[in-house]
Amino acid sequence: MSTQQLAETSAPAQTNKALAAPTSKSKRSNSKNDNGRTPEELQAALAEYGRGDQIAVKNIKDKKLRGNLKKLEYRYKAAATNAKDAEMLMEEQQGYVEAEGMERTYKFSQKDLVQAVDVSTAQKGFDLKLPLFGPYAMDYTRNGRYLLLGGLKGHVAAFDWREGKIGTELQLKETVRDVKWLHNEQFFAVAQKKYTYIYDHAGVEIHCLKSHVEVTNMEFLPYHFILATVGMSGWLKYQDTTTGALIAEFRTRLGAPSSMAMNQRNAIINIGHANGSVTLWSPNMNTPLVKMLTNRGPVRALAIDRGGHYMVTAGADARMNIFDIRTYKEVHSYFTPTPASSLHISETGLLGVGWGPHVTVWKDALKIKQNSPYLTHLQEGSAINRVRFCPFDDVLGVGHADGFSSLIVPGSGEPNFDSLEINPYETKKQRQEGEIKALLNKLKPEMISLDPDFIGRIDNASHDVRKKEHEENVKGGSAADKKMGVEGKRKQRGKNSALRRYLRKKGEKNIIDEKRLKFEEMRKEREKRQQGLPSTSKAEELGPALSRFLQPGAK
Amino acid sequence: MKVKALSRSAATYAPPGSTSTVQPRNLNPELHPFEKAREYTRALNATKLERMFAAPFLAQLGDGHIDGVYALAKDPRSLSRVASGSGDGEVKIWDLADRSQLRSVKAHDGIVKGLCFTNLAGESQRLLSCASDRTVKLWDPYATDAGNVPVATYLGAGAFNGVTHHRTESTFATAGSTIEIWDATRSKPVSSMNWGVDTINTVKFNQSETSVLASAGTDRTLIFYDLRTQSPVAKVVTALRTNAICWNPMEPFNLATGSEDHNAYVWDMRKLGRALNILKDHVAAVMDVDYSPTGEELVTGSYDRTIRIFKTREGHSRDIYHTKRMQRVFSVAFTTDTRYILSGSDDGNIRLWRAEASARSHVRSAKERVKLEYDAALKERYKHMPEIRRIARHRHVPKTIKKAGEIKKVEEASIKRREENERRHSKKGKMRRVPAREAMIIAKE
Repeated sequence: MSTQQLAETSAPAQTNKALAAPTSKSKRSNSKNDNGRTPEELQAALAEYGRGDQIAVKNIKDKKLRGNLKKLEYRYKAAATNAKDAEMLMEEQQGYVEAEGMERTYKFSQKDLVQAVDVSTAQKGFDLKLPLFGPYAMDYTRNGRYLLLGGLKGHVAAFDWREGKIGTELQLKETVRDVKWLHNEQFFAVAQKKYTYIYDHAGVEIHCLKSHVEVTNMEFLPYHFILATVGMSGWLKYQDTTTGALIAEFRTRLGAPSSMAMNQRNAIINIGHANGSVTLWSPNMNTPLVKMLTNRGPVRALAIDRGGHYMVTAGADARMNIFDIRTYKEVHSYFTPTPASSLHISETGLLGVGWGPHVTVWKDALKIKQNSPYLTHLQEGSAINRVRFCPFDDVLGVGHADGFSSLIVPGSGEPNFDSLEINPYETKKQRQEGEIKALLNKLKPEMISLDPDFIGRIDNASHDVRKKEHEENVKGGSAADKKMGVEGKRKQRGKNSALRRYLRKKGEKNIIDEKRLKFEEMRKEREKRQQGLPSTSKAEELGPALSRFLQPGAK
Repeated sequence: MKVKALSRSAATYAPPGSTSTVQPRNLNPELHPFEKAREYTRALNATKLERMFAAPFLAQLGDGHIDGVYALAKDPRSLSRVASGSGDGEVKIWDLADRSQLRSVKAHDGIVKGLCFTNLAGESQRLLSCASDRTVKLWDPYATDAGNVPVATYLGAGAFNGVTHHRTESTFATAGSTIEIWDATRSKPVSSMNWGVDTINTVKFNQSETSVLASAGTDRTLIFYDLRTQSPVAKVVTALRTNAICWNPMEPFNLATGSEDHNAYVWDMRKLGRALNILKDHVAAVMDVDYSPTGEELVTGSYDRTIRIFKTREGHSRDIYHTKRMQRVFSVAFTTDTRYILSGSDDGNIRLWRAEASARSHVRSAKERVKLEYDAALKERYKHMPEIRRIARHRHVPKTIKKAGEIKKVEEASIKRREENERRHSKKGKMRRVPAREAMIIAKE
């Protein structure tokens, strides 16, 4: 009973899936039920907040199981409808720009927008002119409050961008290829000329990650506390930032990567390569989970939307292709006049594209092919290096050759945040407590898979398939199997020499005679030799020619 | 141009000069990735914490007895009063609240075999004790300065093995060579009942169906009597002797017995052809059983020096309690608030245990309560996951008991194998497969 129940209760969240109304409901579709909800309302709630298909409870013969499942089903339904009702409590509305008459939204410049919005929003649009150390890579913290800039020529700055308070500013005097915040604003990683370093909020170097060499792209997996990097040599490395353990390192075998992105839904790392392919990686497999040929040329930029439904790739072939990464099929393709250098998808689904000195923002471009962009911006004379939407705010951060620009993009930010998940207005205490909680709930790297909801579900694979999988695992030698001795006994060579045997048998006894002393001496000698230390015996010091004159007892 | 951009004021969410903050929620699943994995991790942590906090042993009562403790009785009217009887004839009354001894009397010359509180409406509580010195004595458990003088003494013909008091009337029954029914006001038994048994181990009145009593004899019988007809009603002969009986306090027709064959059995009085449940896990005879006042759980004390707690509807124990110094356990009792367990053993100590090893009894803040409830729900939901199940089930068991358990498993497997072999080589249908719940029943009348 219990296993079946477990399987059903752990059905995945499939918010996109329209649920078929149960037959009993359809009979009285006009009548209201479930606390005065129409079946349509109920269905909408289940589609948005439900956790997969309902179970056909009627067909279950076991009375107890049927009762339990019925209760569970009821609870799931109640949770979905209650969540729907709770939407009323959300305070903020999503932003927008609408054109009137002959206007076109993509004709609006930042200047127009700044004049049209309120003062506090207008302050969010600013330019930082840093022509000496660019082009700039940048990153926002997960709550969007802090900004990290990294100039290629060694300038790193971390600051609270709304308050304008600088946290730290470093001149590293060597190449900085990428910067990345870790789980909060207390730590950040910088991919420098050779190694990757971790600094704290005050700019103190905490760690030098010597195994991460010549890193070009970094991603941080916030729920697993893993820093994933990929470097010039094409090695993908996963490092746990809490224990410092290197979890996995894989050769991509496709040369230096040209782009990288993390799927926020399942923590799969997507890497774009120079041969036009994108590979999907998890730390549990030494080969890519999926290999896709997306472009006819190096994949310059990659982006994945928040729900993990769409992937956008931009290649040197001047195409921007949109893929459904659940089916791995191309949805549609856009043309970029010059190859795009950076892509990012906002929480609300706006697609930001940086190409040459231009930034273009597309609205609804993932599902439907659009003819004209939502907003455009020209950063005169300065090639765009990176575009990133600020979480929970209507701002697009642009790192370019001459510094950093913060653009106002109404409608790009998630209006309503969940303070128990990520809180842009958290206090110091809340941050500290949140950090502890996050560490307690830290996920194991083994939990990363294409389907993040596989935990607690029944493995429906047939016995043969599972057996084969197990055998493969044994052959590959998973850590658990090795522990259980599946791999076979490892013979220890050199454990059974005559000297060792003698000492084992006689060495324990408390009789010290000449023979014993001699053997002890020999043992010490051997140990030293094994440790690679110089031997201290007189004979060896004198060398073979002179040692023959040594007295037998002399040392 | 129509523009609206997000413009939150920090003052709304973190009012200046105030420590309280507004904490809006958004339940959109996209904002909460990895919900399954995170929930599982939380369940795993909760399970680990539960095992970390497991500290079942609380204390012993006073200094215990000089001889082994062979009888325990709890006062059904009080949360804190229990009585214990030992091998040297001593009877002690304890206060659980401060674990102090209230009264100690040298009640008998032999082993105190039975103890029972009366529970008569409108009358003060009395304590009955019986022993192998052929006397039953009635005590006032709350008179701390009465010395060794009982309220009443009843002389019997032979040694007594057990005593039980009627729920509403002032009659009590004793187990000896026969079952004798006594009126508290008379010095001689009112009647006696027997169904061919030479010695009766234990006798228990049903507390709801008040005129029914159950007894277990040395000839492996379990016999039910009805006082209204003054006659035995039913008899079951089991494979091995029954040591203890306890009626379910919530389901009057159900009772549990502790048997010499290492198992405890749950019976339905109305259908004695098969046991309702077999509670396995002990590796020696079960010496005493007691239901929790809710009837949901059962505690057993065994000759293997351990105490086990069973859920009434499950076949294996949910927990095992043991200490290095605890000897053979002869008596166990759930306290009347279901939170604690008492055990009396051969070493003369009365030990107080938590019924829920990781539970604590302090007053909980709302936050703590919510957390505990949430953790309980998580543990329930993910209890089938291999790692969680392993951690939740793991117990440190004394080596001897572990070894004995392993040997027992091998023995049972070999018996089963032999039986299967026999079945394979005998005529089809000749060797019926007997369900385990019926296997120990030899005869039924």
